[in-house]
Amino acid sequence: MQPVGDTGASSVSPTGSRSPRRQQRRDVEDRPAWRQRLTLLDAKVTPYVFVSPFFLLFLVVGMFPLGYTAWVSVHDWGLLSGQGEFTGLENYRRVLEDRYFWNALRNTFSIFVLSSVPQVLIALALAGLLDTQLRARTLWRMSVLLPFVVAPAAVALIFGNVFGDRYGLANEVVQWIGLDPIRWHVDTLASHVAIASMVNWRWTGYNALILLAAMQAVPRDVYESAALDGAGRVRQFVSITVPMIRPTVIFVIITSTIGGLQIFAEPRLFDTQGLGGADRQYQTLTMYLWELGWRVRDLGMASAVAWLLFLIIVVFALVNLFLSRRAGSLKGLSRKGARR
Amino acid sequence: MQTPKTRRVRLATSAMLALTLATTAAACGGGDDEGTTADGKVKLTVATFNEFGYEELIEEYNAMQDDVVVEQKKAGTANEHQDNLYTKLAAGSGLSDIEAVEVDWWSALMEQSDAFVDLSDPEVESRWLDWKTEAATTPDGALIGYGTDIGPEGICYRADLFEKAGLPTDREEVAELFGDWDSYFEAGREFVEKVPGTAWYDSSGGTAQAMINQVEYSFEDEDNTVIAADNAEVKEVFDTITANAGDGLSTGLTQWSEDWTASFQDDGFATMACPGWMLGVIEGNAAGVEGWDIANVFPGGGGNWGGSYLTVPAQGEHTEEAKELAAWLTAPEQQIKAFEAKGTFPSQVDALDDPALTGSTNAFFNDAPTGEILAARAEAVPFIAHKGPKFADINTAFQQAIQRVDEGQESADEAWDSFLADVERLG
Repeated sequence: MQPVGDTGASSVSPTGSRSPRRQQRRDVEDRPAWRQRLTLLDAKVTPYVFVSPFFLLFLVVGMFPLGYTAWVSVHDWGLLSGQGEFTGLENYRRVLEDRYFWNALRNTFSIFVLSSVPQVLIALALAGLLDTQLRARTLWRMSVLLPFVVAPAAVALIFGNVFGDRYGLANEVVQWIGLDPIRWHVDTLASHVAIASMVNWRWTGYNALILLAAMQAVPRDVYESAALDGAGRVRQFVSITVPMIRPTVIFVIITSTIGGLQIFAEPRLFDTQGLGGADRQYQTLTMYLWELGWRVRDLGMASAVAWLLFLIIVVFALVNLFLSRRAGSLKGLSRKGARR
Repeated sequence: MQTPKTRRVRLATSAMLALTLATTAAACGGGDDEGTTADGKVKLTVATFNEFGYEELIEEYNAMQDDVVVEQKKAGTANEHQDNLYTKLAAGSGLSDIEAVEVDWWSALMEQSDAFVDLSDPEVESRWLDWKTEAATTPDGALIGYGTDIGPEGICYRADLFEKAGLPTDREEVAELFGDWDSYFEAGREFVEKVPGTAWYDSSGGTAQAMINQVEYSFEDEDNTVIAADNAEVKEVFDTITANAGDGLSTGLTQWSEDWTASFQDDGFATMACPGWMLGVIEGNAAGVEGWDIANVFPGGGGNWGGSYLTVPAQGEHTEEAKELAAWLTAPEQQIKAFEAKGTFPSQVDALDDPALTGSTNAFFNDAPTGEILAARAEAVPFIAHKGPKFADINTAFQQAIQRVDEGQESADEAWDSFLADVERLG
């Protein structure tokens, strides 16, 4: 009987003192053929090889700029004058002492809350509606994505005009209802609402489709048994659908957190000056970063803001993750429980 | 198990995918052929902002020779153009072959003079007014910009609104009303009482800018030390303008904003400080509105607002051809044509005496002899305000402070304190 993997050459035993059969078995165990070694290697290493292109690209395009920004932030670095001397954490100190940094932080959080919270809630509701037996379902599902297709800069320019303080369409509607015109570009909260509405308009459909995809993976027999138990549609939605798509909801919340804290195009193009208003009412952190880098032309400070923003986003994303996990889990209705 | 049909489908799909990927990759990796057109001619881009009046000139240049094709890239506002310029300067590539630069941020760019080609040429020596050429010459003697226009200011006004308020409408009579800023603002207070709903001037920022341009050393000293905080003249301008905030003299809008552009069509205001290049802007924004005119007067005597240069960035591919084009565009004859198109008043010495300039009229402004008026205003300019490298940034902070008072976000004193904090922050 040929041992598996043997090329056919006679096996020479190293010691020469064993019985022939035990000798053959020994040989197989002692010296796995190169093909077997290759198979073992294949099983272990190939997964890493398959994911490596992404990570290599990330190293070049993602990690390197992160590191380089940190390098720039510890130097005195002008936009046109280039690298200056090493200053340690001086740039960070100057940023944290600048009142415009805290102003931008407040604005960013305000716009973030005003945009992300309605976005996720409306996306959930929309997805729930799209999941029902509508007519022309595909048409509805595709048109919900249409706002996403328009370039953000174009949206910002048009909404900036629509929300014009004196001659904008929004104020005409407001006055037609009978209220006083709102100063969209002057009042802080009004400007945040206008900018948040731009962001919501763009991203709600996109998030709705992601949630819809998750909802369609929920097994239908769970709904049937709930209906038999007397649960209405809303109750089914709240108690079955939402907990079962919890991982996707968490994903949506985290991506909108990351995006919401980096909003740039919409507030930047909301007016023609690009500084966030005369009192910086709607200047977000990324706009503040841009102003430091390209108007004040201090790249060192701009890089410090970039790293602070990175840390803020990480902290916030973790907080969001923690809160979402807790909020999403209802007692006795974990995923395993529902499947039973 | 793969049936023959499944295998065929899979093969077809992978072939399609490969083809799509290859095509996309080819499209993405397109070579840089921006400097030449399809038939091998040199392609030059001229980047300007607002209205330089170059549209017909560029067509003329393209028609009159065969080696070069010229295109214009127009930015909507000077701010956008400036941002683009700085970004691409820092990046080291991406600038047009000719870049226009406004005098407000000219000083800051002079510090990077090696990014621009030395345009000195015996042919264009003494083509421009002395102070124009001097400002564009580096300490080493290199000339890095060819002057285009200057900005002598008159007062543009709406004759039809003046009539409603019982003010004189004839150009010459109006010229007697505004000898200084006090009489200008007084006339304004009378006006807003008689014509409610319409403001006197287009923006506090624009009027403040006109006033600052009459201060020789406003934000910076001769050696470019920042004196904005202690300068009594700057504080006076600030106090005068913010005192008007409650009177309804100002529209309360930011200059160049969307609402400001719309206010031209809506009887938003009756007068504005009018340098030559503003004529083209007004004509564009107020298309269809009748009654605009320009008076040969400026409060305080005279003032200069703006004026630009054409520069050739050193990073360009065709700097020789660009230099020739810039020299042609800034020749006296061409600048007069630009003036006739968009009102950009020539800075070239020969153009100022040219009968084509002094005899020209502007139909939109009630056939006013704009050439003559602006030439007279240019002579009334006592000096050119000094603008150092930090001028543009401090001016932005100044304008924002004034705007905050207009919008009611801060009182005049608070806004002044914030302005001082901003000046300190800029270093």
